[in-house]
Amino acid sequence: MYEGVVQNLIDELGRLPGVGPKSAQRIAFHLLAADPADVTRLTEALREVKDKVRFCSVCGNVAEAEQCRICRDARRDTHVICVVEEPKDVVAIEKTREFRGRYHVLGGAISPIEGVGPDDLRIRELMQRLADGEVTELILATDPNLEGEATATYLARLVKPMGLTVTRLASGLPVGGDLEYADEVTLGRAFEGRRLLDV
Amino acid sequence: MSLYRDEGVVLRTQKLGEADRIVTILTRRSGRVRAAAKGIRKTKSRFGARLEPFTHVDLQLYERRSLDLITQAETLRPYGERLVFDYPRYTAGTAMLETAEKLTPIEKEPALRQFLLVIGGLRTLVEGGHDPRLVLDAYFLRSLAIAGYAPSLEECARCGERTGRAFAIAAGGMVCGSCRPPGSASPAEATVGLMIALLRGDWARADSSEPRHRLECSGLVAAYLQWHLEHGIRSLKHVEREAPSERSGRPRDEVGRGVSEEPSATVEFEREAAGFGREAPERAASFHGMTLNNDHE
Repeated sequence: MYEGVVQNLIDELGRLPGVGPKSAQRIAFHLLAADPADVTRLTEALREVKDKVRFCSVCGNVAEAEQCRICRDARRDTHVICVVEEPKDVVAIEKTREFRGRYHVLGGAISPIEGVGPDDLRIRELMQRLADGEVTELILATDPNLEGEATATYLARLVKPMGLTVTRLASGLPVGGDLEYADEVTLGRAFEGRRLLDV
Repeated sequence: MSLYRDEGVVLRTQKLGEADRIVTILTRRSGRVRAAAKGIRKTKSRFGARLEPFTHVDLQLYERRSLDLITQAETLRPYGERLVFDYPRYTAGTAMLETAEKLTPIEKEPALRQFLLVIGGLRTLVEGGHDPRLVLDAYFLRSLAIAGYAPSLEECARCGERTGRAFAIAAGGMVCGSCRPPGSASPAEATVGLMIALLRGDWARADSSEPRHRLECSGLVAAYLQWHLEHGIRSLKHVEREAPSERSGRPRDEVGRGVSEEPSATVEFEREAAGFGREAPERAASFHGMTLNNDHE
């Protein structure tokens, strides 16, 4: 146990995800020894992130204005919406430079065992976006795990009567992996989604 | 500290650190086990989808002081892969897994009967022959019976008279007019009949029940379960009822997809052992005879 402010700092750092008491102590002593300008920059960044960052009123992504950069961009295709669980999934898809449509961030996935149901996600907002008929394709890019698949199933069933094209991201073998280590479910899906090799 | 081998059903997973997960498994020999799966969240993890909830897996674990470590996993049956494309069945399945976890409160205490019952319940859900909510209610009643909380349905829970007309959760089931405590429910006779059918595995009778009696039965069973568990089942409020038209005449293959299900002799035995066989008229007379005498391996 340290005295006063040092212990306070260790306690606060220890509340961060993945930071245990030892790590908190190491970070606290690193900050104590660091250049004051570095620490000021860190505190400014922390303050700014809470003051300026909010969630986009259209898609639910993180934004510094009423709408996020992607929703404000007039060059993006307004006919396609890609549904993801978290804002970090938007970044992952943007890195591919393959998708030019817009996003919808649900804020999680349906997980009854954790008490998260459809009403706890931004599904109502998604249905409102689809109501005007401008969107023609909905890409379901929830995580390829059980909760993500269940969420995709739920959404597909919900929007089916609207006559949209509903697609799901392909599942299969990771590039650079070994076939012998693939599990049966993944390998099964890779077979289901095999494509014609046109050489 | 040693390696051990077991098979089990994955009940739940929780994120741990950067790329790991804590996996809760109801195993055949060791009861409920919590173990760490290192690197499972990485795309190239050798575990892949083997440790997703609902998966029946063959495991090798390394015993440690706190959390055991999963060193190898092989899929025996990926029930989740088939349930996840049918939302009402998926939600019923999650309530089943949550209940199995709550009914095995002590880690590593063998719970073979609960394990067999979960396997039987999941198989029945995947096969798609019955309303998923009926399968769930049958699971609730039987898992409670294994845990020692079987409701008394054919005689008064207090005095043993065969004239029970009201359902009193705290009393332990049906009660007669003179034992009836204030606030008891008065279910329809057909509802009580449905509960008896579900407890015995009389699917012909359960499948022919009316929706209003199924609804009443679900309410009573859910209240009875949660009273005995002293906990709410969080998944329950998300369990969706299947529209009657969705079920009728649906071929088995349309319920799930992908992985083929060839019933082996062992699995057939286990399904029967767990009391989820389609028809069990010859054993219908005794629920205990059906489910509780199968703890041999």
